[in-house]
Amino acid sequence: MNDTRTVFQSIMIYVGAFLILIWSAGPFLWQFSTSFQLDKALTEGTPSLIPDPFTLEHYYNAFVEKGLHHYVLNSLVVSLATTALCLIVGSLAAFALSRLEVKGRFGILMVILSVSMFPQIALVGPLYLIASDLGLLDTYRALIITYLALGLPLVTWVLFGYFETLPREIDEAARMDGVGVVGLLWHIILPMSLPSLVTTGLLAFITAWNEFLFALAFTSDSDSQTIPVGIANFTNQYYVPWGDIAAASAVVTVPLIVLVLIFQRHIIEGLTQGGIKE
Amino acid sequence: MATAVTAPADGRTQKSTRALPSALWPWLLLLPAFISLGSVSFYPIVNGIYLSFTNRSLITQDNDFVGIANYAQLLADPPFWNAWWHTIWFTIASTGLETLIGLAMALILCESFSGRGVIRAAMLVPWAMPTVVTSKMFGWLFDGQHGIINFILLHAGLIDQNVNWYGSPDTALTTIILADVWKTTPFMALLLLTGLQTVPKSLIEAARMDGAKAWTIFWNIRLPLLLPTLLIAGLFRALDAFRVFDLVYVLTGGGPADSTETLSTLSYKILFSTLQFGYGSAVSTAMFITEGMIAVVFCLFLVRQIRKTT
Repeated sequence: MNDTRTVFQSIMIYVGAFLILIWSAGPFLWQFSTSFQLDKALTEGTPSLIPDPFTLEHYYNAFVEKGLHHYVLNSLVVSLATTALCLIVGSLAAFALSRLEVKGRFGILMVILSVSMFPQIALVGPLYLIASDLGLLDTYRALIITYLALGLPLVTWVLFGYFETLPREIDEAARMDGVGVVGLLWHIILPMSLPSLVTTGLLAFITAWNEFLFALAFTSDSDSQTIPVGIANFTNQYYVPWGDIAAASAVVTVPLIVLVLIFQRHIIEGLTQGGIKE
Repeated sequence: MATAVTAPADGRTQKSTRALPSALWPWLLLLPAFISLGSVSFYPIVNGIYLSFTNRSLITQDNDFVGIANYAQLLADPPFWNAWWHTIWFTIASTGLETLIGLAMALILCESFSGRGVIRAAMLVPWAMPTVVTSKMFGWLFDGQHGIINFILLHAGLIDQNVNWYGSPDTALTTIILADVWKTTPFMALLLLTGLQTVPKSLIEAARMDGAKAWTIFWNIRLPLLLPTLLIAGLFRALDAFRVFDLVYVLTGGGPADSTETLSTLSYKILFSTLQFGYGSAVSTAMFITEGMIAVVFCLFLVRQIRKTT
């Protein structure tokens, strides 16, 4: 393909690629740099991408004054529990749909997919009433139960897609050896699906880690609020603490970005086979 | 596969103990998923529709059936229509821009050049970032006083004075659309890229041999073959954009002067600020219905397009 390209075309491609890079990484780089700059440097004179002088003041404020670690801990507990539950429930469902005889499996799959299209604002009111009746407000449980249902459609779809690619002969062989349904899933299918489990687990984790609406409605103190709610409430009385916000943003986003970059190839593949969702 | 070793001995007994429920197995495995989706998705939707016919309020403790009173109030409620138009405009503008720019990005990434892997990886950054963080980040980038966007535009001579981007009713919604476009376009591009890569290379090579220009190849070969992917990606994006909440709630809270109020933020305020669960449910149910209609129209269009091309 390269030999048919003119010099002009090649230049245009590199210019375009450069613009995409600026678009994708630029804003966060600026946010990252902001987190290491003094308020004075941010509000006066010429903005500079290299922090000068370099400061950790905003990180100190974010943790010591605003208690960012509380939110991080809450988010970790909620997200990890959501991930584990999503993988368990999702792999059981995907396995049943892919490997066992289910009448109307595609109907069920379509219903599961369409559930993920329900506007969440239509769910939050009734769920709030239920959580309130059950005394689940301000608990991890309310969030975990909700996030399980939010993550489940995508997890089930992606795992189903992956299970479908595993050859049917394995099932036959396993059945001949007298392996039961549970054995087939636990000893054979799941170990073969490790890459897909990692990807879907990561997707479930990101869903829970980033969710805002339900966390905002269901939790009201720093013992149960997750990071998005914590950051949304990062305000000072007289001015917006952009530096502190940038520091908190970096803390919660950098680990996520590292994970995503490690698993990027699997993520794109997984998402394109399992429907499309933010 | 430790179980295989013991299989011949107890294979028969396993069979007999599991023969009876073998038809039940799949349903047993599906049960947890059904319970989860049933109680956290289906039940609330139905319950919300029911609530929308009541005057349920957490302040007055009212809980009576009022028929379609909430919907009558809704149709005559200027804030509802204000939010409705903003939501529709947001959906059309952001989905349109994301699809167009995403397509352009995908066409660039489709070419082979060194460093392509790095760029593809970088494109996942906006997608992975929590929306609340995106919102705050755009708050800083587009800050009316010290924002770097103002600084750049001012020094490039494109504006004469600082623009109060999201603090002014004229530009606030546009700023939010830009934030959404920034966050979701790269991912859209990656989806379209996988669609483009399924277009047979030989087809494009053959056209090139025949002397077809790049534009002709795009318009006559790539675009028609990409159309189903484009429409499906567009549908999912539109449905998602229609529900926009985080960006608006965190960046402007619906202001200034309700200029960025969307259906989600309006419902949220009616539900959790005034605690009118009846009326709030009517707003969110109206949203659910609109969203359903968008999906149906899109699907009909999609089916027609696919029939036409095949």
